[in-house]
Amino acid sequence: MALPLALLVGLLFGVAAYLMLGRNFVRYLFGLVCLGTAANLLLFVAGGLTPAEPAIIPEGMSVPDEVVANALPQALILTAIVISFALLAFALVLAVRAYRDLGTVDTDLMRAAEPPAGEGNPEAET
Amino acid sequence: MLIALVGFVLCAMRVGTVTGEDALTVARPWVPFLGVDFAFRLDGLSMVFALLVTGAGFFVALYAQAYFKGHPDRGRFFLFFGMFMVAMLGLVLADDLLLMFVFWELTTASSFMLIGFSHDLEKARASARQALLVTGAGGLALLAGVVLLGNAAGTWRISEIIASGDLIRQHEHYIPILVLVFAGAFTKSAQFPFHFWLPNAMAAPTPVSAYLHSATMVKGGIYLLARLHPTLAGTPEWAWTLTVVGAITAVWGAVLSVRATDLKVALAWTTVMALGTLTLFLGSEAQIGLAAAITFLLVHALYKCALFLVVGNLDHEAGTREVGLLGGLRRAMPWTAASAFVAALSMSGFPPFLGFLGKELKYEGALAVASEPWLAAGAAVLANALMVAMAGVLAIRPFFGPKGATPREAHEAPFPMLAGPLAMGALGLALGLMPPIVGAGLIAPAVQAMVPESVDLTFAMFHGITAPLLLSVLTVTLGVIAYRLRDKLRRVIDAFVGALPITGDGSYRRVVGWIADGAEGLTRILQTGRLRTYLASSFAVIAATLAYVLLRNGLPPLDLDASGVPFHKWGVVALIAAGVVTVLLAKTRLVAVCALGLVGAGVALIFVLYGAPDVAITQLMVDILVVAILGLVLPRLPRYEAADGTKRRFRLVDATIATAFGLVMATLLLGVASVGVDREITAFYEANSVPGALGRNIVNVILVDFRAFDTMGEVVVLAVAGLAAWALLARPKEDEA
Amino acid sequence: MKSLILDNTMRLLVWLMLAFSLFLLWRGHNDPGGGFVGGLVASIAFALLGIGRGPEAVRSALRIDPRTLAGVGIALALVAGIWGSLLGTSFLKGHWISVGGLPLGTPLLFDIGVYLVVIGAVLTVVLALEEDT
Repeated sequence: MALPLALLVGLLFGVAAYLMLGRNFVRYLFGLVCLGTAANLLLFVAGGLTPAEPAIIPEGMSVPDEVVANALPQALILTAIVISFALLAFALVLAVRAYRDLGTVDTDLMRAAEPPAGEGNPEAET
Repeated sequence: MLIALVGFVLCAMRVGTVTGEDALTVARPWVPFLGVDFAFRLDGLSMVFALLVTGAGFFVALYAQAYFKGHPDRGRFFLFFGMFMVAMLGLVLADDLLLMFVFWELTTASSFMLIGFSHDLEKARASARQALLVTGAGGLALLAGVVLLGNAAGTWRISEIIASGDLIRQHEHYIPILVLVFAGAFTKSAQFPFHFWLPNAMAAPTPVSAYLHSATMVKGGIYLLARLHPTLAGTPEWAWTLTVVGAITAVWGAVLSVRATDLKVALAWTTVMALGTLTLFLGSEAQIGLAAAITFLLVHALYKCALFLVVGNLDHEAGTREVGLLGGLRRAMPWTAASAFVAALSMSGFPPFLGFLGKELKYEGALAVASEPWLAAGAAVLANALMVAMAGVLAIRPFFGPKGATPREAHEAPFPMLAGPLAMGALGLALGLMPPIVGAGLIAPAVQAMVPESVDLTFAMFHGITAPLLLSVLTVTLGVIAYRLRDKLRRVIDAFVGALPITGDGSYRRVVGWIADGAEGLTRILQTGRLRTYLASSFAVIAATLAYVLLRNGLPPLDLDASGVPFHKWGVVALIAAGVVTVLLAKTRLVAVCALGLVGAGVALIFVLYGAPDVAITQLMVDILVVAILGLVLPRLPRYEAADGTKRRFRLVDATIATAFGLVMATLLLGVASVGVDREITAFYEANSVPGALGRNIVNVILVDFRAFDTMGEVVVLAVAGLAAWALLARPKEDEA
Repeated sequence: MKSLILDNTMRLLVWLMLAFSLFLLWRGHNDPGGGFVGGLVASIAFALLGIGRGPEAVRSALRIDPRTLAGVGIALALVAGIWGSLLGTSFLKGHWISVGGLPLGTPLLFDIGVYLVVIGAVLTVVLALEEDT
């Protein structure tokens, strides 16, 4: 199963990169979602694919009685999912606010922090 | 001021007791793991410098009290002045290389503040910056040199390094050490080709120039060379470099001093000349040469400091320092005139002043310079002759002859501003009258600190008709001629300097300009302000680096066997892939959002299939929330078509980078998955989950118990992200255009 | 979008989801579930309410501001952590007591904190977007 999933992860990463490279900030955000998904899936597959039981210890026992799924990457991914969701929510709100203030979602035109040469750059002369 | 006086008295009390082995030493550990100590040591050489620092410090501080009377920034001046004095004292007393370096840098920093004291003047700021850059760059070189030296010697203790001179001279790093130490000393002491900053630093208030640029800071480099003389000297490299650089600096400084019409700038150039002379003598190993250096150091500090203060008086009382405007002031300012005259006599080396003694020793020392006696002597005579002429310009022009057109009606300066010049002038005379005392008390111990053998020097005014005496006569004759012809001489030098293709100052400006332009250009290239560029380079670098590592280390045998994959799993993968492609190709946002939801759900399905129910539910819930929030956000954003202006050419580049990135990640993952995974940590969690944390869901136990601290951080991030998003929307727009 | 059926269905659905989220939170330690998932489910319930009946309905149902909720959640998690410190063990070390046969411990308290932070943070964003004009 590693091969198809690896190909899928590669596809997700590639699409994420392509979307993020575009000039449209909305597409960028979609790319961000794909990137997060790709990273989670990457971690999951790298942690070992075992079509096994969930990492839950049966009642009355102190250790799993058989080979169970690897719990460690699962915990990592769970955290990562929630964090990337928080990031995405913030980025979405940021997009709304930026569009309202700048009137564009074209990232090439969002130049408030680093204005192009010759515009409002008094330090360059001295 | 009091500190200076106390320090001076304390030092003076020790005169004569610090010969050779009897050096005072104090040490406290400072940075023990680096072997750096707060170690101080007072020997003959340090004594001379410490006396200069405190003595001149006292008189200049006294002078500054009157000079800055009523000045709003008086407190600031004395703060930096005191800071500089302490740093300078620390520099000459430190017995630890790194400690010395710290003080060295402190003098640079405080002198920056002092030169730029009148910070509302553009020139003062530029000069301060120039001095800081030049001496700071030298300081960096010195740091490297000091570290190399310390490593070569195996200790930071200067007194121990001095004792291991042979070791250092034969060390493989001797040349680098020498070059780096020279770079530090030459920049600090304004040696050619770094001489240009010193005259520019005359933008500083007079007390600063008098103190820093005559007696103390510029002598820092000289001190360094003298201090390391026992360690580094004695090789042709040392002797030749110092002789040649010193000679060029001395002659060039003397020549340019004639050209200057601003008295203070003229004094600065004569200081450059004096520093060159000192460097020249430190190149030699002969005792007489070193004695000449130390004597001249003393002489120079006394007369130069006095003359600076005299010029300050003229400036303060008559309102100008231009030599052409000054004249006939001897009646209005008799005491100033007297001290100028006395100092000038010492400067031109007339007997019975200390200056004469210094000059005689100089000639004697010059003739003893091993590498090239006539070069040294010739440079010394030429420089000294011009010095005589300058002494005339300084002491005769302003005070005799017809009354000049000064901007202000001149009158005598107050007593505190006279005390310094008079006392230092008188000291020059008094010390000149008792050569043996000076020799035995100050010069000999200092020389002994540099050459380990016992010192055998006789100091006297008159040795009989000797070569040095003849040279002296020649000097005075030449000097008088130069004084008479000074205007013509100035024109010649002006023409000569004007014809020079490069000047130190010009090169400095060009280099600084290059650096500024280069930095700006680099910033423009690196920081285009386009998100695209940043991301493209990031993705490309990640892909390239990973690909390099993968190829270099060789891939493990990849598990390419997918025959056992059941049909339904292929289906899930195909579903997700279809969703991803749809997101990519979607023409409207609605389609893209739906496809994203599909991808999320599909991934959740994979989590279920491989025993991760917790992750699956979370993924699904997040998926729903993402779609819900997108539903709220997208109506507020423009449609797709509105701002999709990527050029075709760029799209091709994007696609290439994205494809490469995806391929590398897929290969990486396949490689990792084929190797198998080490479950050691997982095994620990599995074994301890129930006994240690009373929980059967291992994933949840990791989150809330084993790694709860991580989760703690995560929930804080979550809360902050929520608050930040709220703040973005809730804050009223500040600049409503 | 006023419809009696939808209105009542929604009310039922929201209550069901909230109950389910608490169930997930409670059983998280031994079975799939936990604070994150529970919090997400509860957030979806409230978001649904907001989409159907507007942000005011969410606010009145929540009774306290979601930002306060997130703060309380962090505070609870901190208390769970400091509990361990106060008992002389390391920060966030789990401690359990049994109340009438019901095992209660600081990890549960911590998980409740996580649950509240998730609800608070998500609803802060959702409400800010819904109330934004």
